[in-house]
Amino acid sequence: MLPGFGLSFGFTLAWLTLIVLIPLATIFLKAGGMGWAQVVEVGFSERALAAYQLSFGTAAMAGLVNAVFGLVVAWVLVRYSFPGKQVVSALVDLPFALPTAVAGIALTALYAPQGWIGQYLEPLGIKVAFTWVGITIALVFIGLPFVVRSVEPVLADLGREVEEAAATLGATRWQTFRHVIFPAIGPALLTGFALAFARGVGEYGSVIFISGNMPGRTEIAPLLIVTQLEQYAYAGATAIAVVMMLASFAVLLLINLVQAASRRRMGA
Amino acid sequence: MSIRDSGRKSATRRAVLAGSLAMGFLLAGCSGGGSKPGAVELTNVSYDPTRELYQAINPAFAAYWKQKTGKDITFRMSHGGSGKQSRAIIDGLEADVATLALAYDIDAISAKGKLLDADWQKALPDNSAPYTSTIVFLVRKGNPKGIKDWGDLVKPGVEVITANPKTGGGARWNFLAAWAYGRKAGGSDAAAEAYVKQLFSHVPVLDSGARGSTTTFVERGIGDVLISWENEAFLAEKKLGAGKFEIVAPSISILAEPSVAVVTANAKKHGTTEVADAYLRYLYTPEAQTAIAHNFYRPRDPAIAQQFKAQFREIPMVTIDKDFGGWAKAQKTFFDDGGVFDRIYSKK
Amino acid sequence: MSVQAITESPVMRAVLITIALVFLGFFLLLPLLAVFSEALREGAGPFLDALHTADALAAIRLTLLIAAISVPLNMVFGIAASWAITKFQFPGKALLITLIDLPFSVSPVVSGLIFVLLFGANGLFGAWLAEHDLKIIFAVPGIVLATVFITFPFVARELIPLMLEQGKDDEEAAISLGANGWQTFWHVTLPNIRWGLLYGVLLCNARAMGEFGAVSVVSGHIRGETNTMPLHVEILYNEYDFVGAFAVASLLALLALVTLVAKTVLEWRFGLHAGARH
Repeated sequence: MLPGFGLSFGFTLAWLTLIVLIPLATIFLKAGGMGWAQVVEVGFSERALAAYQLSFGTAAMAGLVNAVFGLVVAWVLVRYSFPGKQVVSALVDLPFALPTAVAGIALTALYAPQGWIGQYLEPLGIKVAFTWVGITIALVFIGLPFVVRSVEPVLADLGREVEEAAATLGATRWQTFRHVIFPAIGPALLTGFALAFARGVGEYGSVIFISGNMPGRTEIAPLLIVTQLEQYAYAGATAIAVVMMLASFAVLLLINLVQAASRRRMGA
Repeated sequence: MSIRDSGRKSATRRAVLAGSLAMGFLLAGCSGGGSKPGAVELTNVSYDPTRELYQAINPAFAAYWKQKTGKDITFRMSHGGSGKQSRAIIDGLEADVATLALAYDIDAISAKGKLLDADWQKALPDNSAPYTSTIVFLVRKGNPKGIKDWGDLVKPGVEVITANPKTGGGARWNFLAAWAYGRKAGGSDAAAEAYVKQLFSHVPVLDSGARGSTTTFVERGIGDVLISWENEAFLAEKKLGAGKFEIVAPSISILAEPSVAVVTANAKKHGTTEVADAYLRYLYTPEAQTAIAHNFYRPRDPAIAQQFKAQFREIPMVTIDKDFGGWAKAQKTFFDDGGVFDRIYSKK
Repeated sequence: MSVQAITESPVMRAVLITIALVFLGFFLLLPLLAVFSEALREGAGPFLDALHTADALAAIRLTLLIAAISVPLNMVFGIAASWAITKFQFPGKALLITLIDLPFSVSPVVSGLIFVLLFGANGLFGAWLAEHDLKIIFAVPGIVLATVFITFPFVARELIPLMLEQGKDDEEAAISLGANGWQTFWHVTLPNIRWGLLYGVLLCNARAMGEFGAVSVVSGHIRGETNTMPLHVEILYNEYDFVGAFAVASLLALLALVTLVAKTVLEWRFGLHAGARH
């Protein structure tokens, strides 16, 4: 038995409570203050439902795109060497460092009908900026580092011995990947997806520039919170925030439970 | 392994130590700065487009105040969206004066923050609005779509850029100006709503604030016409894209009165009541009124207005108090949840 | 045993590298180029001038200060949390991990709002703070709180999968050989996790410096005083000073390159490659 459980667990819990749980409790308190019937009315209005659908849908889409391509990126960065690899590796952190508003402005400049990329898409009838596609692109940008940086250390840490053993036993490269490598990095990949998804649902700064903010069509849920605040309706804002947070929390919890279960099955 | 490891470990430790030392120096470097002792400090919380205006006025007032009282004065300026700034003051941003886009936002400071009297608007001349503006159109050079008035905005193929009135103060003025036209042209509120609904079906993007929609129109090249504050339109025409745009004055518009007020509770606490009041009154002097006109706001002073007659076109204007029954009512009718703006979008 | 079987064919490698580069090119490099091209639209002179104004320098100092306070706090928390979670079994572990993730799923708008609800003039502690003339919101402490909240999960999230993958055999061996807890941590665990820890800290730092939404709510936007770099970018942008806005933004983007330098220097110093375990 290793020592330090009491200290590390106690500290974790105390800090978590102080920085996260108590502050978050205030939004429940505030929303509760307006009466739960009204919370439901504001939090589940037709307009809010459309916004949740958009926010959760685009975030899930962006998370999937990131899971696929983020894995490829992580794989390439860990396993191969090629010129400029260090620069590419540094580039991956960019979405964290760049203020979200700047990212939104830059992406809008690229994908607007007269932008660098938009001007080539426009004649093909493809509209990116001010549609859900644009929102998804912004969320892919925001979420990418989560997947790459979750998978990368695990992949780097994976011993090559197992792969060698599999190869010795006659497994093809694909079989080795599917049955040996993928199960090992699976939890990290799932974590990356979940984090990218959760972050995407709440994202505001980068999305408002590219979304167009059309009520009922390209209006994201965080924008509704802001419109509530503009009416000085703090309680209404917290009502929407509570609904969004509970939904994200449920998704994250589900994924973490699935992970815990799969770890137990693997006997780790 | 252990020897190499411990060597590595102490190197790690050295790196960490060096890092924290560097951070320590940064911290030390940060603690400097701040205001001069003995100087009066005045916090002016304002909205976005007034930046250039107060950059011109503040040094002039500082010189005037120094000459009058012998005291130095420094300014802390905060700019942002008008509604957001109002909320910040309510939540404890200690503004001595609030200079916001609309009276509604200062009313909120009075009603929700209890930081100034409800009749604050009577404290200064002209509804406590030392400068005004109105809503005009900005079109591309040569006016290719031939836009002359509100009626032209709803012609087929015309794209209109305006911000979201639920998130932007300026966009509310736009909406109400359009409403005024619809009501005049059609003779009823129902006609006005039909017009405004048709107008918004020509809007491809609703930016969250006035400056965002200007950028969409000017930088992104989207849309044929931008509905805009007059001072912003001038700024875009003269500064952002000189020679690329033209201003069109519609047949009817709205008198936009950005309001100023001393946040009395804060000023009292800071002992700045006198200087804050003098500062806002200074805005009505000929010097300040000239600076105001130079920054494309319409001056209140008739003599100065006469000087700048060529700059500002005559437009018949409705007012928020006479024609819409004040901001509180307009906000509730048009922009709060379930209001007219929500209705024109939900019927689709 | 052929070499082929433990790595991919050259063609496959080329395909994977191409996919990765094209993807990154479209989603990361092009936006970055857009930022720099806007910043340098009028040449290097205005670019440098924009960075050398008093307000820009104040914003840079404030941003560094905020990061210098928030990152170490979250680093210590991250290590403690991942130690508790990965080295021990206890009920409700998935719940605890989810609670740690929670700040990621909270909209930045709300992250700022919660501190206003707590410490604002009309907040829960507002009256008490006013009585004692303490300022949290619209001052540095509020910005630090919002930043700590936003970057809360980074280090823990980086370490948990890594330490799970590594198991606890090494630590148990050390303990059975007579090492105490701290010795085990310093000599066994820390060397094992240092790359993950470094990643986590660098990410945490990048995000702490780049955070916009939450900080924007609690800052008050007072020029030269409570404006961080991202807020300064917004202000310049709203002033139609596009060159200035993107100049400051590109400085933030360069942080990603600082990450590169830091990592390369450390790798060179220790003479090993990222990820090599033993």
